[in-house]
Amino acid sequence: MLEFRLPSLGAEMDKGKLLEWKVQPGDVVKKGQVVAVVDTSKSAIDVEIWQEGTVYELALEPLQTVPVGTVMLRLLEAGETPEQATAATRRPSSGQQAAPASAAADTRQRVSPAARKRAAERGVDISRITGTGPKGAITLEDIEKAAAAGKPAPSNRGLEMRKAIGAAMARSKRDIPHYYLATDVPLGRATAWLGARNEGRSVTERLLLAVPLLKAVALALRKYPEFNGFFQNGAFVPGAGIHVGVAISLRQGGLIAPALRDVDALPLDELMRALTDLVARARALTLRSSEMSDATVTVTNLGDQGVEIVHGVIYPPQVALVGFGRPTQRPWIEEGRVVAAPVVTATLAADHRSSDGHRGALFLAEITRLLQAPELLDADRPPSAREAPDG
Amino acid sequence: MDDAALRQAVFDNLCRIAPEVVPAELDPATPLRDQVDLDSMDWLNFLVGLHERLGVDIPEADYRRLVTLEDLFAYLRTKTA
Repeated sequence: MLEFRLPSLGAEMDKGKLLEWKVQPGDVVKKGQVVAVVDTSKSAIDVEIWQEGTVYELALEPLQTVPVGTVMLRLLEAGETPEQATAATRRPSSGQQAAPASAAADTRQRVSPAARKRAAERGVDISRITGTGPKGAITLEDIEKAAAAGKPAPSNRGLEMRKAIGAAMARSKRDIPHYYLATDVPLGRATAWLGARNEGRSVTERLLLAVPLLKAVALALRKYPEFNGFFQNGAFVPGAGIHVGVAISLRQGGLIAPALRDVDALPLDELMRALTDLVARARALTLRSSEMSDATVTVTNLGDQGVEIVHGVIYPPQVALVGFGRPTQRPWIEEGRVVAAPVVTATLAADHRSSDGHRGALFLAEITRLLQAPELLDADRPPSAREAPDG
Repeated sequence: MDDAALRQAVFDNLCRIAPEVVPAELDPATPLRDQVDLDSMDWLNFLVGLHERLGVDIPEADYRRLVTLEDLFAYLRTKTA
């Protein structure tokens, strides 16, 4: 018997509300399959499972709010029968596993199916209702009262998200000894290359400048891995891949930084598709759990509407945040002459517990260097491979 | 395509990206991206939407001519004529 527990989907998340099951008992589930939709303070998230088996039972009811780590569902492993599974959960030796389950059962509210259905229809969170029926059971009347009492939906989301961002950033500022670096990156070559590449391409196939910027950061991280990963339990833990969290501002206010996976290995067209999809789903608030928890670094790119310099706040437990301001035409000296050139200010906020400013400066210099040879960013191998002798 | 239909297509497309926009409140002579907070991705999605609705594929080189709604309507009129 395998247990699947509510995962933490970000530094600030301590609980979640089950909105909807995507599986039923008896369903066979595969790694990466979405099993449920869970509402966090930031967004409704499609929660993926990383175990395989057959769904034996669903341990939560829709609209229940539970802490991170609560058992959501139980799975039969390959070859396991329901009878064995029942025996296993009853065995005293499995007490460790059984404990959280029984704790959950103790707090399980008495709700009739009819009341539960009504609650779902009215959008009422039954975990916040005190029942007035026999033995504290929640009655239809309780549901109606709660529904009439308050409309918790959209305005609440803004407030909840603000709280979540505040909590994560307060933790960052309290725990992480930040240092900050900045450098001006000439973009003449990158924008000329991008212009030539987009010319004659349909609007549906164009690349945004954000794409070479993200790719350059990811490739530079291959060379400077101490900026890619987490600071956990008093030590730096390198990321298993280069998964770049992209800071996306939401129209209704607030910010979310879901991850693009393995950015260093993606050709630019694929990266553009992945970015377009991620931004669209972030704005529609339909992200997947892995995207909320996998980022090993964050990039904030203000694009062409922002200010020139952004000093980032690291998203814990990550150790670095790269910022790009708005690219502007500035006087630039090239071969002894002043020319007008597109320039972007790149910044780094990094954790002094895992790196020093000298390495940070080299990391920013590497990003600058990579952006001077944009045609090489599409290669799967990093441009620095050129420097190695062939054969 | 008549003018009203073209305007409607532009506004529908804009509201899809920026649901808070009230078309009647937009000033056609003020830069659109100053009035409506459209980042690079929003702008690209806006152009993709115009492509889908009107069949007009706007080259990147023409972006600089499309600052205000007036510019955009004039441009689209010639392209859809």
